[in-house]
Amino acid sequence: MPQPHIDVRYVAKLARLELSDAEIATFQQQLDAILGYVETLSQLDVSGIEATAHAVPVFGRMRADEPHDSLPAAAVLHNAPDQSQGQIRVPKVVADA
Amino acid sequence: MSLSSLRQQLLAGATTPAAILGQLAEAIAARDGHTGAYLSHDFAAAMAEAERADLTLPLGGIPIAIKDNINVLGQPCTCGSRFLAENYRSPYDATVIRKLRAAGAIPFGRMNLDEFAMGSSTENSALQTTRNPHDGARIPGGSSGGSAAAVADHTAIAALGSDTGGSIRQPAAHCGVVGLKPSYGRVSRYGLVAFASSLDQIGPLTHSVEDAARLLQVIAGPDPLDSTCLDVAVPDYLSGLDEGVKGLKLGLPKEYFGAGIDPGVRRQVEAAVQALAAQGAELVDISLPHTAYAVATYYVIAPAEASSNLSRFDGIRYGHRAASPVDLLDLYQRSREEGFGPEVKRRIILGTYVLSSGYYDAYYSRAQKVRTLIRRDFEAAFARVDAILSPVAPTPARKLGGLAIDPLQEYLSDIFTLAPNLAGICAISVPCGVTAFDGASALPVGLQILGPHLGEATLLRIARAAEACR
Repeated sequence: MPQPHIDVRYVAKLARLELSDAEIATFQQQLDAILGYVETLSQLDVSGIEATAHAVPVFGRMRADEPHDSLPAAAVLHNAPDQSQGQIRVPKVVADA
Repeated sequence: MSLSSLRQQLLAGATTPAAILGQLAEAIAARDGHTGAYLSHDFAAAMAEAERADLTLPLGGIPIAIKDNINVLGQPCTCGSRFLAENYRSPYDATVIRKLRAAGAIPFGRMNLDEFAMGSSTENSALQTTRNPHDGARIPGGSSGGSAAAVADHTAIAALGSDTGGSIRQPAAHCGVVGLKPSYGRVSRYGLVAFASSLDQIGPLTHSVEDAARLLQVIAGPDPLDSTCLDVAVPDYLSGLDEGVKGLKLGLPKEYFGAGIDPGVRRQVEAAVQALAAQGAELVDISLPHTAYAVATYYVIAPAEASSNLSRFDGIRYGHRAASPVDLLDLYQRSREEGFGPEVKRRIILGTYVLSSGYYDAYYSRAQKVRTLIRRDFEAAFARVDAILSPVAPTPARKLGGLAIDPLQEYLSDIFTLAPNLAGICAISVPCGVTAFDGASALPVGLQILGPHLGEATLLRIARAAEACR
């Protein structure tokens, strides 16, 4: 099997991380080594084995449908990096017409 | 001083909650400048709670230190990250904190950790170095390194940590304290900042097994705010604690006693095993054949879940936001680049990669299937034995500053603690003596005991017996 290789620059973009060139070089070498180790999993025959997403899966749990208080807006807004008029402020996301 | 004996003193009127807090403040002032276990604490707020503490409650008036990734109303929750260090204050109590308060305890102190609980040394904290109280040149272990170090340093009575792949048990072993990872679903994670949601559990780090049982008794149980928390009654963890191990079958997996274990660690763990046998436990040789695949499986699944969980840190609603973003994408990318440290970035990239189109089946899907094989290993073992014994870590605490240039080497040291999280079972680390290692004369060693899912009562009983024959 060929040595696995991550395109770190591309994956970082998917993950919304703007890495420096130095970080990309370091991570490239480290992550390729980690993935090379992970390749040991391909030694196992897993045909017919079901996947485990949770060791103790619980499905469709319902809680009692009772009204209760939510967090006060002020407590939530307190942590926002930028706010205005009781709302979180972000850069413009729609281009000018 | 243990939580249990402190409780006796409080009930006898020999001390007060305010006096206990005062002694902790003195101990922190005297020693924590060196140890570095506390990221912050609010003495005035704790004192106000101490004044009105109800001593009749199970943990009445007793301060509990909290890992800094568990939300406590009005307090910081940095997760050891620059991302949350600037201005975040928790707007609510985690369920475990609500339960601690209902039992009369006082959450006091925010304990250092590897950033977002990713690491085994606490060296990945972006905020502070924590030192091992047994040897200041060494790591306390991690990621709950601050919690373990404070208990060992007697600057905390007991602490809460979180364990995704050993983050309670390994620092407990390195610092010579007790650390319990409850079964998956035993304790609510509501208010714990999520790292890998199919693996994370909150648990206690304490001076004694009895203290761990008392804390678990309080924090365990169903929670409508965490759908993965099981709707199962909580047994009495204290009543059977001293029943001993006579007649119990304890498994020794050959894969956990192979090459690569420090001779001093092996000697102390084997002595603890023999001491349990001398008390009437039956030792059974067993095999967990997929052990060799646990590290690879974990380092696919945990980063995959982390990459998804940490997408919430985008610089919009809380935490760090980069200055003067030109547009939304620039805001996301630079806020995350500036806010996260190298280990977190590494795991986000690895996790994003194994979940990406074209690689999902080869890595993530395959790892989930191997996880099934690892889980079945334990199911087969627990059909034959009541619990399993092993070392917690291959070596005692290494020196600070040795954070591997090669992170893979650091990951491989987690070999004995990862599989229990993958299988969802319960596990505990109990001190089993000290050994000379790497120039140090006496470093703590931990015995790991693994129990079946929701088997905490028997697990604690065995741990109590192991502790008693130290």
